[in-house]
Amino acid sequence: MIFSIVVQASPVQNQGAETALRFARAVLAAGHSIHRIFFYRDGVQNGSALSCTPQDELNIPQQWQALAKQHQLDLVVCIAAAVRRGVINEQEATRYKREQWNLNDAFELSGLGQLVEACIQSDRVVTFGGRS
Amino acid sequence: MSTDGILVLTRSAPYGSSAARDALDVALTCSVFEQPVTLLFLDDGVFQLLKEQSPSAIAQKNLNAVQQSLPLYDIERLCVGRSSLEQRGLSGAELILPVELIDDADLPALLAQHRHVLSI
Repeated sequence: MIFSIVVQASPVQNQGAETALRFARAVLAAGHSIHRIFFYRDGVQNGSALSCTPQDELNIPQQWQALAKQHQLDLVVCIAAAVRRGVINEQEATRYKREQWNLNDAFELSGLGQLVEACIQSDRVVTFGGRS
Repeated sequence: MSTDGILVLTRSAPYGSSAARDALDVALTCSVFEQPVTLLFLDDGVFQLLKEQSPSAIAQKNLNAVQQSLPLYDIERLCVGRSSLEQRGLSGAELILPVELIDDADLPALLAQHRHVLSI
């Protein structure tokens, strides 16, 4: 079965992002495929390359990067949600005249159309971290 | 049962969080990509549809303006949980657009009519 996953929770303040990560691993372990993981609302913080976690705690953004590398996952961060929250890549830094950027290379900035496309292509779409 | 389209489920009051605006953005994008879309308002989400909102006092954009454009995007199916509305002392006449009132017992069937449910 083809899954897509929507992450709306930031990696630290809520459990949603970590649950989404564990769900993604479970989906792959069960032999299914993941068409896309779409980060929306505060979920865009998962794309930051700058989060620093104590060594004995899970660094969720790093875990997404590792999982994506291992399984060639498509990690898409909603561009409208991200630029509002200061999660930008070099291209957007240039566009908005900012001197820094922080999106990790494993993630791509794109529009909500990628969420709708994921719905069209996937048998199941599972959202995490809504209702806040 | 045939299943088609996307149901966007929203349960938060407007302005206290970005949920209302974010749910509308998803619904409008579904429409742009020609996917049939239904909006379902439950719990405090029913407050999103109240007429005569004036959020300019808290520097927010009025949701009513976007909501009134929904029929232009062919988003005509707006569903509201009847019990959510009644528990808050509201009636359909106080809402900005005509809605379909859904009884709690009919919610599972409504969800099952759609291929995907996006909860925002």
